[in-house]
Amino acid sequence: MKPAAFTYHRARDVEGAARLLAELGDDAKVIAGGQSLVAMMNFRLARPAHLVDIGGLSGLDGLRTDAGGALHIGALTTHHAVETAPPEVLGAGFAVLRDAMRWVGHLPIRTRGTVGGSLAHGDATAEWCLLAVLLDAELVARGPDGERRIPAAEFFHGYYTTALEPEEILVEVVFPRPAPYAALTEFAERRGDFATVSAAVDLEPADGPEGAEDSGREGEPELVGGGGRFRAARVALGGVAALPVRVPEAEEALVQGGPYGPELYAQVAAVAAESVDPPSDANGSAHYRRTLIRTLVAHACEEAMSR
Amino acid sequence: MTGPTPGPATPVRREPGEPGKSREPEVTAPQGLLDEDRPAETARPGPEHSGHTAPAREDRPWIGASVGRREDPRLLSGNGQFTDDIDLPGMLHAQFVRSTVAHARITALDLTAVRQVPGVVAAFDAQDLSLADITARLGRPLTEFVPTGMPVLAREKVRYAGEPLAIVVARDAYAAEDGVEAARVGYDSLPPVVSEEQALAPDAPLVHDEASANTLLDVSMFATEGIDGTFDEAPCVVHVETRTGRQNALPLETRGVVAGWDHREEQLVLRTSTQVPHQVRTTAARCLGLDERAVRVVVPDMGGGFGQKCVVGREEIAAGAAAIRLGRPVKWIEDRKDALTAAFLAREQHYDVRAAFDAEGHILGLDAAVVCDMGAYSCYPFTAGIEPLMASAEMPGVYKVPAYRVRARAVTTNKAPTAPYRGVSRPQYVMVMERLFERAARELKLEPTEIRRRNLITQFPYTGVNNVTYDPGSYLESLNLCESVLKEEGWYAAKETAAAQGRHLGIGYSCFSERTGYGSAAFAQRKMEVVPGFDISEVRMDTSGALVVTTGTMSHGQSHETTLAQIAADELGLDIGKVRIHQGDTDRITYGWGTFASRSVAIGGSAVRLAAGKLGEKLIAIAASVLEVPPDELELGPGLVRRPADGRTVSYEELADIAYLKSHLLPKDTEPGLTATASFDVLNDGTFSNATHGVVVELHEGTGQVEILRYVCVEDCGVAINPKVVEGQTRGGIAQGIAGALFEQVTYDEQGAPSAVSFMEYKVPTALEIPEVSIHHLETPCAFTETGAKGVGEGGTIGAPGAVLNAVNDALLPTGVELDDTPVTPQTVAAALEHTS
Repeated sequence: MKPAAFTYHRARDVEGAARLLAELGDDAKVIAGGQSLVAMMNFRLARPAHLVDIGGLSGLDGLRTDAGGALHIGALTTHHAVETAPPEVLGAGFAVLRDAMRWVGHLPIRTRGTVGGSLAHGDATAEWCLLAVLLDAELVARGPDGERRIPAAEFFHGYYTTALEPEEILVEVVFPRPAPYAALTEFAERRGDFATVSAAVDLEPADGPEGAEDSGREGEPELVGGGGRFRAARVALGGVAALPVRVPEAEEALVQGGPYGPELYAQVAAVAAESVDPPSDANGSAHYRRTLIRTLVAHACEEAMSR
Repeated sequence: MTGPTPGPATPVRREPGEPGKSREPEVTAPQGLLDEDRPAETARPGPEHSGHTAPAREDRPWIGASVGRREDPRLLSGNGQFTDDIDLPGMLHAQFVRSTVAHARITALDLTAVRQVPGVVAAFDAQDLSLADITARLGRPLTEFVPTGMPVLAREKVRYAGEPLAIVVARDAYAAEDGVEAARVGYDSLPPVVSEEQALAPDAPLVHDEASANTLLDVSMFATEGIDGTFDEAPCVVHVETRTGRQNALPLETRGVVAGWDHREEQLVLRTSTQVPHQVRTTAARCLGLDERAVRVVVPDMGGGFGQKCVVGREEIAAGAAAIRLGRPVKWIEDRKDALTAAFLAREQHYDVRAAFDAEGHILGLDAAVVCDMGAYSCYPFTAGIEPLMASAEMPGVYKVPAYRVRARAVTTNKAPTAPYRGVSRPQYVMVMERLFERAARELKLEPTEIRRRNLITQFPYTGVNNVTYDPGSYLESLNLCESVLKEEGWYAAKETAAAQGRHLGIGYSCFSERTGYGSAAFAQRKMEVVPGFDISEVRMDTSGALVVTTGTMSHGQSHETTLAQIAADELGLDIGKVRIHQGDTDRITYGWGTFASRSVAIGGSAVRLAAGKLGEKLIAIAASVLEVPPDELELGPGLVRRPADGRTVSYEELADIAYLKSHLLPKDTEPGLTATASFDVLNDGTFSNATHGVVVELHEGTGQVEILRYVCVEDCGVAINPKVVEGQTRGGIAQGIAGALFEQVTYDEQGAPSAVSFMEYKVPTALEIPEVSIHHLETPCAFTETGAKGVGEGGTIGAPGAVLNAVNDALLPTGVELDDTPVTPQTVAAALEHTS
């Protein structure tokens, strides 16, 4: 479990790193936290001839909210930094991101692993990939020819493959709007493992705050009466396909059904379970994964609405 | 100077956290317990004892105290030295070319390209090194046991994916792995034998040509007369068939060795992570064709072993041979991938067992068939018989079983070979027995605890149908206490409440005893050709009155540096700070059997006490000469010898001064120096620790998750030398037992390729999956050991699977589904719960 020989390059800036990647071609890999790549290299499943380390670059970490209410997270931000971000940086509108971090590996992994690394690695059950798909995030990539923004829906192509070009570096992920009624939950045999199935929802109650400012929990209007229906809903699943997927049938069921409550969530979860075609593998049969979907989608809805 | 009694002879309950504080006995003494007033010489039917000279009780504060681990300061501050921490001048690094297929004839093995890889210094295959095979034997006829040689490096044939073919030695571990990749191996594939069913199928391909039907051991034992009639006529017959998953003992520190030739001593020094230093020495000498004195095994700090390191590893020998050939030290550290796929494994067993009961729930007979999938080779020195022989000899366990029949087999398959793993078959057969009793209780409409009470052995000593004699224990008392704890805490009520809410709570128990301190008699009964049993201890006091105790046992996490020091300190009235334990160096003790089978405190601890006692006699003899009084007027005190009659004392320092520096003052027949050596063996059936485990689980319907809500263990290991250490052993053991019951399984694909190659697939539980365990102590002192202690290393692991599985099945009762195979995974539980209306 020692990696094959490689040449190590330490990048001074994004542009330099991108130029280097363009020069080195397919033989090069970007490394930041190294939490997935190093393990693969130690197994010699990955054998890059060159590593371009962007870990030391400045300006690629941290969270900031722009004037339009979108949350920008630098690619080098660690999972732990998100998990521990203070409310003035990560408000109630994005609490789902903070809460989801408890599912990412274990503490040592969260203190080294980066948001950008997780997205670029593209594991089908990774929490960041699921959140990006759920919340219509945009991924900002910079290459020798400049910057481009890739919608999450077009970013993930399948197992460990993404829209990133070999010479591009993921620099930022942008979550365009607050999602005060969103939640992510998952199940694995052991805590900290990649999920057998993960489920995330983003709900917009008709009587909830429309386009709520990211202003923290206080001052949020309470959900009262009003028939209890959803104006819009997003449901996404991990661990059921080669990439995280939205489940339009379940989203439709959430908007059409009502009033909201455990009964609706159970119905919607059942719709979700029947709308996907999960694989059978060592972690669980398709049948078992459907059982998990029924449980987890309902739990996610309840957690989202309890915010 | 009569010997001290080890403690109250009735089992007494100790509160958790109050070690050594005895309360009124809450249970009555089972008959047959020894009268504490009888002198030790007659009370102890063990081997011949030296006269004890131990100080008065008040000067012996150490046994029974939760002394902080003396290992901890260095380990917790990063100053431990493990095998991988060793870095010698000129040291090279080894890795092994391993078979990538499960079963094949080797048509070619070309290391030319390996030797050209930059950084590679040498590569050797079996032909280059020509080492003798490692062959484990039993003294049984070929109809019962077939010996099969295990080559240090495979030649002609490979028998599992991961089998070592060649050793590559390089300037660093990276280059060594590059070299491994460059090896060219030609295979002529043979059909793989991947399961017990395939092994036993007619016309199955043979793993070893000499072992027909792929059977290495086949014994039928006991067969009580009339047992068939018993089953025919019994009002209740229950059946359990179970398959238990293959497991890896998984020490945190993987196996490893640093081998080097010492020119001054003309000796190969193997610094290796092993539980059995002397067996490695004996085997290495034989394989290498050296006199045994030309091999020295030194064991650095160890990060666990659990049995995986109580057998001789092929890699240790190969690294030694390479070091001799190259004249440079060679280090091999097993990486985690090899540890998961190519190290010694354990536990894959198949039980098919029936039990007959009368209408009142008394067991009438037990009829068992056991098949153990031992993988590709017999481990040395225990052989592939280790698991089936343990299961067949001891299955009746804590119950009064009047009739018994068992057939036990070891089959060989194209999977990594197996070694003893903490508990050795007992986690499985105890689970089977406990499932049988639960099942009978259901059929006979008895409380599961009540049917056990009707069958537990309560009269001691008890000789079972399996010809094993059980020394006194607290079988019934531990069950009663465990049950009352769960009742008092309200778990029975909680279960009813949960059921009313549609939730699935279950309560399960397991009762067992564990033979510890296997002496040579017990191993000889298994017909081992290499018969472990005794251990030797040497004590040496220096001129400063400090004591070095050398032991043949080998702590790999069990805190022997603490507990053995407690024993020696008490025996000589020394402060524990004056006692240092030395272990793991074959040049410093005549011979030792290391640490396995919960033997160290029972046997090694007894040897320590005897040796210290002998030294005490010598101290008294010298003091008698100094004080000019007869020795029997003297006694040991704290660091001194005193004469109670007039209060005169001589300190150990003064006595040591005479023994070493003023030897002209020694009595005429006394040799200079202050040393003593003693050996100890258990000459009967050993001593049985016992425990009851009680578990409450909740099954979660939407995920199938098994959540352990409560875990209670009532254990009795006789005199607990260090209660905190006992609890540590118990908790760690329980974690491994839960791992087997719910999480871990070594898996293979149809071609015999390992499919659990990392911790993503091999699901060792983490601290987050293991519940808190509360431990209650009972104490039935052992009459056969010098301290009253019984072994405690394995009990936790033995008790957990049965209790967990019974709790799971109790929760599943409304579904009508029963789960008997391990591990019980969430997917299995979720499927079972679908049967809930």
